[in-house]
Amino acid sequence: MIRNWFRSLYHWAEEGEFSAAGEDQSPAEQEESSVCLDESNAWLAEVRSDEGFVPRFLSWLGTPAAAALYRDLYRVFAAVICLTVTIVLLVTVPFLPEFGNPDNPANNEVSERYIERGLEETGATNIVAGMILDYRAFDTLGESNVLFAAMCSVAILLRVDRKGKEANIPEIQVWRWDGKANIYLRHATKILIPVTMIFGIFVVLNGHLSAGGGFSGGTILGASLILLSNAFGSKRLEHYFSNTVCKWLTFAALMAYACLKSYSFFTGANHLESGISLGTPGALFSAGLILPLNLCVGCVVACTMYSFYAMFRSGGIEDGV
Amino acid sequence: MGSDLSFSLNLFNYYEAVSMLIFGIGFTVLLLENNLIKKVIALNLMDTGTYLFLAAKGYVNGRAAPIITDGAAQAEAYVNPVPAGLVLTGIVVSVSMTAFLLALTVRLFLRYHTLNFDEIIRLSKKEE
Repeated sequence: MIRNWFRSLYHWAEEGEFSAAGEDQSPAEQEESSVCLDESNAWLAEVRSDEGFVPRFLSWLGTPAAAALYRDLYRVFAAVICLTVTIVLLVTVPFLPEFGNPDNPANNEVSERYIERGLEETGATNIVAGMILDYRAFDTLGESNVLFAAMCSVAILLRVDRKGKEANIPEIQVWRWDGKANIYLRHATKILIPVTMIFGIFVVLNGHLSAGGGFSGGTILGASLILLSNAFGSKRLEHYFSNTVCKWLTFAALMAYACLKSYSFFTGANHLESGISLGTPGALFSAGLILPLNLCVGCVVACTMYSFYAMFRSGGIEDGV
Repeated sequence: MGSDLSFSLNLFNYYEAVSMLIFGIGFTVLLLENNLIKKVIALNLMDTGTYLFLAAKGYVNGRAAPIITDGAAQAEAYVNPVPAGLVLTGIVVSVSMTAFLLALTVRLFLRYHTLNFDEIIRLSKKEE
């Protein structure tokens, strides 16, 4: 009822008409609200009859001056809220445990357990990789799916369908960089591309041995793909890395991740021998499933990064030409 | 007061203080800025403050990154690996959210030809 009253008040303030409130409602809702509306109508008529403070205030609410005041009030209140939040957060800082103290409550038995048993249980010398791709692998699958879902949402919003007669988003200029870029960019790219590609693959493959992993390596690979498409035209790159390839690569990587980890969860939960050897710590082919899982994550991240870029540039990766 | 809950004030938590400041700046810009792109940047700034806070919570003075190189797995030699995993999750989610918000901004710009939030609200009201 209060909502209806506010809605009618809003319509009255905007258009000077009180009965316009129920227009955008369904008939059932309208019937229901008409009772409340009559009540509030009667109340407002009563208020209107005597030229007191309230009716004058209500009529003033619709003017541009009130809108300006509202904007100013919003800014003042927002500034006060922001300042309060920042000050409260800063005041809590001295009450937090000392920075870098080994006895802090954050350094509890959980992290000790991860460090002390992580190497023998997962086979990964990088404890963080062992943690996110073995103990908490399910969480990382969720992360990869978040990336995939974001890719799908951006595609829903920005993808231009070139097969149809007319583009579904006519305003987006379908900009294709087919010509040749600046000579400096092209020559720098020729030198940089092999290095960045190999570095990205190195980071993905060494995720269980040193700092890195699927997420960072995949980002490096995606960045080098973006550089390549900027320097030599998207058409030449998308001849090999078309929309279909990108789509199926992402799907296959997510599927492979899910299957591999389901197998390992299934055998682990039922106390079966999984048959996955952990290998010698420090060797490239060691740490059981972490290397293939890193590869899957790297594929997903690289495809997502490049397709984000392609969709913001020209409404999606071209289908195979 | 006979409380046994004792604590000492640590006035040298610089990293935490800076992370709170970054978070506060991001929050302020998010609420007070009208430009949608700047709002997205402010949201990323808030994320960054959170990551710095988490990383600072996991650090231990004089200890190495949790990558076991000499085969000795002693908890006294390495920093806390748990916040690193949390920050990784946060980065992935923030990248996804940034892309999604920017895509929405593109659609709003194509429809209203402005990035000003107040202007978009005014125009959308006029359309009704």
